[in-house]
Amino acid sequence: MIFGTVRRLREAGVLGLNERNNRYTLAYNPRYLYPLVDDKLRTKQLALKAGLSVPELYGVIEIEHQIKGIHEVLEGHREFVIKPAQGSGGDGVLVVAGRAKHMYRLVSGVIMGRSQLAHYASNILSGLFSLGGHPDRALIEYRVQFDPLFGAISFQGVPDIRIVVFQGFPVMAMVRLPTRLSDGKANLHQGAIGAGVDIATGRTLTAVWRNEVVTEHPDTGNPVTGLQIPHWDRLLGIAAQAYDLTGMGYVGVDIVLDRDKGPLLLELNARPGLNIQIANRAGLLPRLQLIERIAARPNTVEERVAFAKDHLAAP
Amino acid sequence: MGSRHVYVLSFLLTLLGAGLFIYKIVALGFPIVPGEKSDLWDVEVRISFVARGGPVKVSMFIPRTSSRLAVVDENFISRGFGLTTTLVNGNRQAAWAIRKASGAQALYYRSSVQALEPAEEETVAKRPESQPLPSLEGPYLAAAETLLKSAREQSADLDTMVAQLIKHLWEPHNDSNAALLTGPRPDRDRVAEAALQLLALAQVPARLLQGVRLTLPSGEAPMLSWLQVYSEGRWSAFDLGTGEAGLPGDYLIFSIGPEPLFKVKGGNKVHYTIAVRRTEAGGLEAAALRGRIVNPQLLEFSLLSLPMQTQSVYRVLLAVPVGAFLLVIMRNIVGIKTFGTFMPVLIGLAFRETQLLWGLVLFCAVVTLGLSVRFYFERLKLLLVPRLAAVLIVVVLLMAALSIVSHHLGLDRALSVALFPMVIMTMTIERMSIVWEERGPAEAIQQGLGSLVVAALAYLAMAAAYTEHLMFVFPELLLVLLAGSLLLGKYTGYRLVELRRFKALASPRP
Repeated sequence: MIFGTVRRLREAGVLGLNERNNRYTLAYNPRYLYPLVDDKLRTKQLALKAGLSVPELYGVIEIEHQIKGIHEVLEGHREFVIKPAQGSGGDGVLVVAGRAKHMYRLVSGVIMGRSQLAHYASNILSGLFSLGGHPDRALIEYRVQFDPLFGAISFQGVPDIRIVVFQGFPVMAMVRLPTRLSDGKANLHQGAIGAGVDIATGRTLTAVWRNEVVTEHPDTGNPVTGLQIPHWDRLLGIAAQAYDLTGMGYVGVDIVLDRDKGPLLLELNARPGLNIQIANRAGLLPRLQLIERIAARPNTVEERVAFAKDHLAAP
Repeated sequence: MGSRHVYVLSFLLTLLGAGLFIYKIVALGFPIVPGEKSDLWDVEVRISFVARGGPVKVSMFIPRTSSRLAVVDENFISRGFGLTTTLVNGNRQAAWAIRKASGAQALYYRSSVQALEPAEEETVAKRPESQPLPSLEGPYLAAAETLLKSAREQSADLDTMVAQLIKHLWEPHNDSNAALLTGPRPDRDRVAEAALQLLALAQVPARLLQGVRLTLPSGEAPMLSWLQVYSEGRWSAFDLGTGEAGLPGDYLIFSIGPEPLFKVKGGNKVHYTIAVRRTEAGGLEAAALRGRIVNPQLLEFSLLSLPMQTQSVYRVLLAVPVGAFLLVIMRNIVGIKTFGTFMPVLIGLAFRETQLLWGLVLFCAVVTLGLSVRFYFERLKLLLVPRLAAVLIVVVLLMAALSIVSHHLGLDRALSVALFPMVIMTMTIERMSIVWEERGPAEAIQQGLGSLVVAALAYLAMAAAYTEHLMFVFPELLLVLLAGSLLLGKYTGYRLVELRRFKALASPRP
């Protein structure tokens, strides 16, 4: 029974956690590059240097003393996002959608006082959300206005697109849709939906919610399959370019679609999750092995994107 | 470094470890299973002191063969000391001496003691020379005479009288005469002194034995004195604690007489310990002996050559890698999530003292209570490090409170809650509460249960007598565990939980 399952998973080319760590992240992601992707501020600076669009940075709070001035930084902005520079998996992201008198209104409708917001920032600085509890910085940045396409199929938060990039080739993609369960956040382990996306066309395939296959959004009831993601080629280009940016061989690239500004690079992930395989109902291994086998490796971003679109189309 | 490198390294390590293991079993005859307990004990006395820099002389009484226990082998271990053994008033005495020594010193006396078939009572003992009357005066003399008189009235012969005397001496609160002789809180030494005085007053020859009992449960054996009384050609013994007649079979006599066990000249901060361990029959000792002859270097540098107390520490320590290896299997092959990497192993180690069931109950109690306090702290909005310190303090308070409450309820097992590693408990509570807040109670409880299951398994693996024996007698098996860990570091197969997680991908497309 167990061996039968193992054999079928092997046949489907499903990548397991041990194999991902051993064959891919340990082999292709050198340890010294991790700070580039674990620190969102550094990722942002790298992306800006390379001419990629990112959500605009309003301010950075680095030490406890600066927290007093946080309300002045926020003066001109009705909407913004506060997040830890080294948070993992979307933990600690606070989305403010407006003001109520001198207080802040969160996207969930909860009102947060000025001192509560300051305390929240202080928690970020003390490392509550960072990997290993290290002291951290708080980033205050532009709140993405999501593309109307996603209005019907996401609950409150901003959907984002995760593309796994191997040695500069986009190999698998999914779009992550916030739900009521995920509290408006786009991370699968927090309860968001992941819908597989065909690399060749940018159309959504099946979707997975809490390890189960679904076809409709659990909160809105609208279908989540067969949707065309706009700007697909640009998205693939940004993802492929992320490899040149950092040198990370195996990386998850998170991109959001803004109504006005188009695709914005959100963050990179050196240990991208494996649920993307369930969302696509396909294993990663055959695609990764295909890339590893390429003899003459195309160098430009355009060539790599074209190769991926030709060879990695959904069946 | 490629995988092949790891495979070759693991192969060599396994070869070395398994080779040594097999050599020790086949050629030297080391037992694979823990043997039956034998009638052989190892007794070790360690005297430590700080030498003042001048000449040092240490004399110590060493055990003698009695009709029930025979000293079959002896070792004296010291660095640079000259050793002589002499007979002093019928007692064996070892004397260590050195012309000049400074700094911390340790002397060891080690012997093997074998139980003998109880022989017929020994030959008739000569009546000792009569002792001088004790120098008791005034109220003390009166009290002693009253005590003797009442003991005599309540007894039929000498044996029962001595038993009565000892009983009286232990009850100073009932008997003001006894209180005068032993003080309000009698201990074994005071009772011994008073009993000797009383018996001398009654013209009954008596003497003290000093020795240890071999079968006390703990490893450390305290020095216990025994009273002997002469009557009609033989010495009969009395327990100074209870007044019971007879010498227990496991009582190993170090000396007869009132002098202290050892004297140190030229040193201070003197400290001594006596450790006793029952050896395994037919196995280890014999094999070690054979090994010393066949391959002296091997045994010279083995754990069996360490002092006994260090040996018992290593018996525990060497089992820890087994727990760690089990943890690797549970995490990387099964895929169970736990709080903190080695937390389950450390908790499992604490279970050794508490026993499994109590360990689980106490662990759950501390974590549950700690967690509820932590949720309260969450509402206070505290900074991270002060909050951690606060949780730590609460954990220590909880542990103390649990000990006190359970002690009053008579549940003495629960006292062992003190052995839980409190920092580990604090971090467990902290992480559990964060997971609870961020991923929901289901995830937190699942991870908590996972940790607990792995801790219980680690305990079962580490505390098994078999594991302890194997790892201690064959520490080269650590190399095999090391090889196994290296290999698992290159494991790329699925984790068992992933089979469930990806089951949608294992079924054919609809």
